[in-house]
Amino acid sequence: MPSFEPIVGRYISMVVAGDTMRIYVEEAGSGIPLVCLHTAGSDSRQFRHLMTDPSITDHYRVLAFDMPWHGKSNPPIGWREIEYKLTTGLYKETVVAFCQVMELNQPVIMGCSMGGRIVLHLALEYPDDYRAVIALEGADRLEPYYDTEWLHRPDVNGGEVAAGFVSGQIAPQSPSEYRWETLWAYMQGGPGVFKGDLYFYWVDGHFDDRSVQIDTTRCPVYLLSGEYDSSCTPERTRDTAERIKGSKAVVMKRMGHFPMSENPALFREHILPVLKEIGVNN
Amino acid sequence: MIEKLADYVNNNHALVRQGRFINYSILVGVGETDFIIRIDGGRVTGVRHRQLNIDSGRFAIRAPTEIWEEFWRPMPKRGHHDLFSMMAAGLAQIDGDLLPFMQNLQYFKDLLGALRPASIGN
Repeated sequence: MPSFEPIVGRYISMVVAGDTMRIYVEEAGSGIPLVCLHTAGSDSRQFRHLMTDPSITDHYRVLAFDMPWHGKSNPPIGWREIEYKLTTGLYKETVVAFCQVMELNQPVIMGCSMGGRIVLHLALEYPDDYRAVIALEGADRLEPYYDTEWLHRPDVNGGEVAAGFVSGQIAPQSPSEYRWETLWAYMQGGPGVFKGDLYFYWVDGHFDDRSVQIDTTRCPVYLLSGEYDSSCTPERTRDTAERIKGSKAVVMKRMGHFPMSENPALFREHILPVLKEIGVNN
Repeated sequence: MIEKLADYVNNNHALVRQGRFINYSILVGVGETDFIIRIDGGRVTGVRHRQLNIDSGRFAIRAPTEIWEEFWRPMPKRGHHDLFSMMAAGLAQIDGDLLPFMQNLQYFKDLLGALRPASIGN
C-alpha cells in the first residue's frame, strides 16, 4: 500500500453572496470540528502539519479550506469583471456558509492573520455558534506599513513581490525549509488576490471599538501571536486581549506571523495546551 | 562592514542569479555615511563612500548605524531582522524610485542581509 498522509482533499459547492462557489477543503482526524482559516494571499496548505499530528487529530476533526479566489477554490463566475476585495461581511458570510454546508456542530474556529481577525468578528456576532475561537496573529486594530498597490501591477511580479513583502514576517529562527515553503504559497496566489485580502486586513476589519463587547463566557477567545510579527505585534495582541475581557493571550517567542507553517514543531508546543483546554471545558 | 559586501554577495550564486537583471547603483546610508553600491548583473562591482552631493542611486535605504549593526547580528532582535520590519518599526526609511526595489524585493533584502553571519533564509 502507498503510505499516504492522513489528509484527504475534496471539493464542495456553497453559496456565498449569491454566487455558487466551488471550494477545496482538506481534512483529517475525528472529534471536535476545528476549522482553520489561512492567511491573506495564501491557502489551506499552511495547516498541513496540524493534520498529520495524531496528538491533534485523535481529538479533533481538522478542516482547512481555500477561500474563494485562493488555492484550488475557484473565483466566482465572471471574475474578470470584478476587482477582488474582501470585506468583513463577505468574509463572515464565507466562513458561516462553510460551516453550514459541512454541517459542523459548534466548531472551534482558528484563523491566522486575516483569519485571526475574522474569528474575533465571528465571536462577537455568533458567540453561541462556536465552541471557541483561536486568533493566531490576529488583533482588532492594525496599521498598514506598505502600499498594497505594489502587489498588483504589470511591471512587478505579483507572486514574487507578495512573498518579498511577507518574508520578513517569518522569524529568523524558523527552519529554512518551512520558511521557503510558506513563501512558495505566496508566490502562487492569483493576481490581485493578496491585495484584495489586505483590504479586509488593513482597511475594513478594524473593530477595536466593538471588540470589548465580545462575551468570552459564551465563546472563549484565545490570542497567540509571534514575537517577530511586524503587523500583529505583541503589543497589539496585548492591547486586543485587554479589550476582550476574559480572553487569553500568549506571545510565542522566536515565532513570526505564520506559526503553523513556519515552525510547526514550536507552534505545537503552544497550540496543544489550548486545544486540550478547549476539549476539557467542552 | 558594508565595504565587504561584494565578498559575501558575489560568491552566492543563487543571489547573483536572482539579481541578474539589475544593472544600476543604489545608495545605502549607514548613520551619517552614505555608500554608493554598484550592481551589475546581480554582482556587486563597487562599494564606495559618496563623494559628491550629486552622486546617487536609483533609491536610497537609510538607517542609524546601531540599527544596521543589530540587523547584521547573527540573530537580530525583532523589528531589526528585515528591511520591511525595520521600516514598519520606523527604524529605517527608503527614498527614490521604488519600482526597481519592488521588482527585486527579495534580492535587495538578501543583498543587505548577506553581511549577516550564516545569513537568515539560506
